[in-house]
Amino acid sequence: MSAVTELFIRDLRLAVRVGGGALMGVVFFLVLVALIPFAIGPDLALLARIGPAILWLGALLATLLGFDRLLTADHEDGSLDLILMARMPVEIAIMVKALAHWLTTGLPLVVVAPLLGILLNLEPQATGAVALTLLAGTPALTFIGTIGAALTVALRRGGLLLAILVLPLNIPVLIFGVAASNAALVGPMPFGTPLTILCALSLMSAVIGPFAAALALRQGLD
Amino acid sequence: MNLIEWANPSRFLALSARVLAWLIPATLLVFAAAGVQAYLAPDDYQQGATVKIMFIHVPAAWLGIFAWVLMSAAALGTLVWRHPLADVAAKAAAPIGAAFTLMCLLTGSLWGRPMWGTYWVWDARLTSVLVLFLMYLGVIALWQTIEDPTRAARIAAVFTLVGAINIPIIKFSVDWWNTLHQSASVLRLDGSTIHVSIRVPLLAMIAAFTLLFLTLQIAAMRNEILRRRLRTMLMLQADAASGP
Repeated sequence: MSAVTELFIRDLRLAVRVGGGALMGVVFFLVLVALIPFAIGPDLALLARIGPAILWLGALLATLLGFDRLLTADHEDGSLDLILMARMPVEIAIMVKALAHWLTTGLPLVVVAPLLGILLNLEPQATGAVALTLLAGTPALTFIGTIGAALTVALRRGGLLLAILVLPLNIPVLIFGVAASNAALVGPMPFGTPLTILCALSLMSAVIGPFAAALALRQGLD
Repeated sequence: MNLIEWANPSRFLALSARVLAWLIPATLLVFAAAGVQAYLAPDDYQQGATVKIMFIHVPAAWLGIFAWVLMSAAALGTLVWRHPLADVAAKAAAPIGAAFTLMCLLTGSLWGRPMWGTYWVWDARLTSVLVLFLMYLGVIALWQTIEDPTRAARIAAVFTLVGAINIPIIKFSVDWWNTLHQSASVLRLDGSTIHVSIRVPLLAMIAAFTLLFLTLQIAAMRNEILRRRLRTMLMLQADAASGP
């Protein structure tokens, strides 16, 4: 098996083990969505109107919370140094790790989103649309967050700083994600336009994220 | 005079002291001249005297953006050329740029209340400038959190370059989207659209504010160099005290 595959499977295995924290993002998503009606009242019509936005914000915050196991955990036990010293290009290593991170953190959020849509009184069509936009957009959230994770890798309490750095960069993804969801609900814009832009953002961040993160790691760790 | 001559910190301190000696009086003079021109400028036919907020709002906006461009150039200097004073320049520029961006947001908000009827609106220009302000706060937080100045410089440089994508978004936001904020009227391909009686005082105020920015920037760079020297001396002293 090639080194890339090995690294990928290693990350997947670590994520699902005890202490891996893969499904904690899902639980946080659930808690957040359960919290919102306490804050804004149980008015079902209102919840249905802002449902896509709540799901998107919940996915964004749940993704943010999972980032310390992407790079900081490896830095703390020394395996990040081994990965950086290997023959595999650092950019590829980070892309592979981020992909494994998305499969274990972002994809569960997409799977759970339809169930949470029921809590928010979303119609099936709206729920399907939101889940599709989350599927297209959560890779962008993961890859952009990788930049923040690399910038704050050596900080012990860098969690909040990571959020401050990454949230402004995630704003376009949020805008287009909610725009796509609302386009499916009320129109008149066709659903495909913002969805395509969301896919473009994910693809672009899949390249820019690992490159910027590799630059940050190289500069910040010697 | 090439950039590498400025790389020696002691040489920079000496040179900058001489530059500041004439730069500070020049700034005050240009401010006086520009202020008089702004005071004597005619009222707008629609907005009345409130148009004069523009004489503070536009220079502050320009300098908030310019500071991030300066930080990006300094970031390149740190990452590509390892210029010794590039990170000093970047660290000095961040709070100054943040202050000018905040001033732009506040004066714009005060101007918007009588003009548009609202203190704030979430259109493209205002939102992207607010995002710029948040990124300034983020980079200042980065500088404060990482202890070693050299490492902090490189991490902040990477983040500055990533955040530079916001600058063209701010500049072209009024053209790309339908915004409440008015579109470009000073720097346009087919010539400016402001009347000369207001355009000249505006350019004078922009010049005055730019000189102010340069003065503050050079003074802040001097402070940062001295601060690092102090830190090194404290570390050496602690090292000697705990030695054999």
